[in-house]
Amino acid sequence: MRDTSPPALVQVDGLKMYFPIHSGVLRRHTGDVKAVDDVSFSINAGETLGLVGESGCGKSTVGRALLRLYEPTAGRVIIDGEDIAQLSSEALRKKRPTMQMVFQDPQASLNPRMSLSSIIGEPLVEHTPMTAAERQGRIYELMDQVGLNRRFANRFPHEFSGGQRQRIGIARALALNPKFIVCDEPIAALDVSIQAQVVNLLEDLQEKFGLTYLFISHDLSMVRHIADRVAVMYLGRIVELSPRDDLYARPLHPYAEALLSAVNEPDPDRAKTRKRILLKGDLPSPANPPKGCNFCTRCPKVFARCLTEKPDLVHVEYGRQVACHLFDPINTASGSTGGSEDQEHLQHGVTQ
Amino acid sequence: MADGAAPVLDVRGLTTVFHTRQGEIHAVNSVSFSLKRGEVLGVVGESGSGKSVTMMSLVGLLPAPPAEVRAGEVLLGTSDLLKMNAQGLSDVRGAKVGFVFQDPMTSLNPVFTVENQICEPLIRHLGMTKQQARARAVELLDLVGIPDAAKRVKSYPHQFSGGMRQRVMIAIALACEPDILIADEPTTALDVTIQAQILELMKDLRQKLGMAIIWITHDLGVIAGIADRVMVMYGGQVVEHAPVGEIFHNPQHPYTRALLRTIPKITGQREKRLSVIEGQPPIMTDAPRACAFRARCAHRFDRCEAENPLRRTLDSLPLGIGHDVACHWSPEGADA
Ligand SMILES: Nc1ncnc2c1ncn2[C@@H]1O[C@H](COP(=O)(O)OP(=O)(O)OP(=O)(O)O)[C@@H](O)[C@H]1O
Ligand SMILES: Nc1ncnc2c1ncn2[C@@H]1O[C@H](COP(=O)(O)OP(=O)(O)OP(=O)(O)O)[C@@H](O)[C@H]1O
Ligand SMILES: [Mg+2]
Ligand SMILES: [Mg+2]
Repeated sequence: MRDTSPPALVQVDGLKMYFPIHSGVLRRHTGDVKAVDDVSFSINAGETLGLVGESGCGKSTVGRALLRLYEPTAGRVIIDGEDIAQLSSEALRKKRPTMQMVFQDPQASLNPRMSLSSIIGEPLVEHTPMTAAERQGRIYELMDQVGLNRRFANRFPHEFSGGQRQRIGIARALALNPKFIVCDEPIAALDVSIQAQVVNLLEDLQEKFGLTYLFISHDLSMVRHIADRVAVMYLGRIVELSPRDDLYARPLHPYAEALLSAVNEPDPDRAKTRKRILLKGDLPSPANPPKGCNFCTRCPKVFARCLTEKPDLVHVEYGRQVACHLFDPINTASGSTGGSEDQEHLQHGVTQ
Repeated sequence: MADGAAPVLDVRGLTTVFHTRQGEIHAVNSVSFSLKRGEVLGVVGESGSGKSVTMMSLVGLLPAPPAEVRAGEVLLGTSDLLKMNAQGLSDVRGAKVGFVFQDPMTSLNPVFTVENQICEPLIRHLGMTKQQARARAVELLDLVGIPDAAKRVKSYPHQFSGGMRQRVMIAIALACEPDILIADEPTTALDVTIQAQILELMKDLRQKLGMAIIWITHDLGVIAGIADRVMVMYGGQVVEHAPVGEIFHNPQHPYTRALLRTIPKITGQREKRLSVIEGQPPIMTDAPRACAFRARCAHRFDRCEAENPLRRTLDSLPLGIGHDVACHWSPEGADA
């Protein structure tokens, strides 16, 4: 079915983003932080791709590189038919309104000297011919949408709580009716009711305007709610990319499994009795990843091959991609995760 | 107190306002609570309900003006922090009360290395030498799960990811092994496995050092896992306060009840649309004279309009459970 579907709105191929490390008095280039190391995925128009994974694994960097807020070290990022990495600065400026980002750190992304209405109105001034009155109307509309009281319009960022500031960022990202939004932890600072409000809003906009989202979040229950497919990252690489329901019902990659087992359920009785897969072992640094699988230092299911060879992200069953030697045909005899489901793996076989 | 011990922190009638061009904002209205040694108090509540401002008021972290702590007592042992001078407060903050801020970038200094910032309190409050402090800084980063700590300690905050910055903040707050840790949304930027690791670390410290913790979070899953008692805030006031099991299984305040309904589930039927609490939060331009939640409350009646409810203890429960709620209505249907 995938083959007959329309071309993806976002197509990422072999994206790498390395940050150079300089050390010593001469500030010599002595290595790189491999924040994103060969990542490929696509997002269809109108789809929400969830991006989850350990803190520091490169999620924000992927989001920023996608919108060319960073110059990627390697790889192609095609959004709506255009290779973002190749655009001239003028072409990029024209393209900007169609792709927006809601930032993880609201404090750092809001100009402290601008009032709320000028922050939200700034992109309107820059990219639309609206009159001041039209603009004011649009600003109020956006404030209503994200649940900010209109009476706050002339306040400054420091006069808001953390969650209120996050909503200012969301309103600004929505101002120009973008096609594609990278939402980097858009709801982490919000209380649950406003989280729900913002997520409902994102879903409404998606339904109305066919918006496409990359939704970066640590909140796995919210990702379950909003995402169609979910990519799980670990140390700069995607380890699993699966449709939502499949992932939550039966995570394939051992890291995805550990991650889902660690979710905090809002129930104090269950919190005491539940079973977590606790990860032991050293967390490697992205400047010096292991030779084999990036997860091999902590994987409860590690075996010899994992220490020497990096697994590629391959299709293992319909619509599901995993980067793990356990799912490689050579090893299907020696192991697989999740006992009762083994049969099914073999039936589906390898589709690539 | 159940175990007879005096609280390490006792807050009474704390009231904080902001003076703005548009007049006063009554951010915190007569908030009272106490904290025992080794106890974890979870604080939840709507965005803008005054959680951060309450905690910053305790230890003199709000710039005045525009802030003014108008009334109250904050007893740390026998001394009232609200009466203390700036020097005294700064010593308290360094050594006795650790603070993890909601927004790591506002409290980390961008022009100093992480090492610098962790070492500073160690040298100033614990009298360590530079060398001792450096070794301790690496240990602390390691403790909060930063890989390759010895090398990364030389980095600047912007070279860290959001979650790593948050962990640096936690390391700084824990540096002097404080009696009380106030953690404002300390794990929002952390994935669940590292969150679990930080929670374990905190539980450990409270066991070993008897550290008491105030944990502000929107994540009710974290609250369920770590808190002994929970305080629910709305409109600058405490609207409900109870042991954690009571909050989840016997919530009284309509806001608490609505809050528990809005959490998306990780298992079972996936909801088509998330439920929200309709309406807007109060603006808080005046001291509350009526119930702050009334406009959004399905159970409101005349009295809610006329009178701001005081916190009342549920007397249907065995003594010592200590569940109180500020609401005129009650779920048993026995409206006063
Ligand atoms: N400007 C930079 N210079 C050097 N290293 C950087 C820079 N930005 C990010 N990094 C490093 O790249 C890695 C990935 O960072 P990134 O912010 O993408 O992580 P993340 O997955 O978003 O984490 P979090 O969930 O904590 O926000 C981290 O090790 C981080 O320290
Ligand atoms: N400097 C300031 N000037 C004016 N009003 C302020 C200032 N700082 C905070 N406020 C107001 O005080 C109220 C309480 O803010 P606070 O930061 O305590 O909320 P919070 O409960 O921590 O919310 P969140 O969960 O979003 O962090 C908010 O309505 C906010 O707008
Ligand atoms: Mg990030
Ligand atoms: Mg706050």
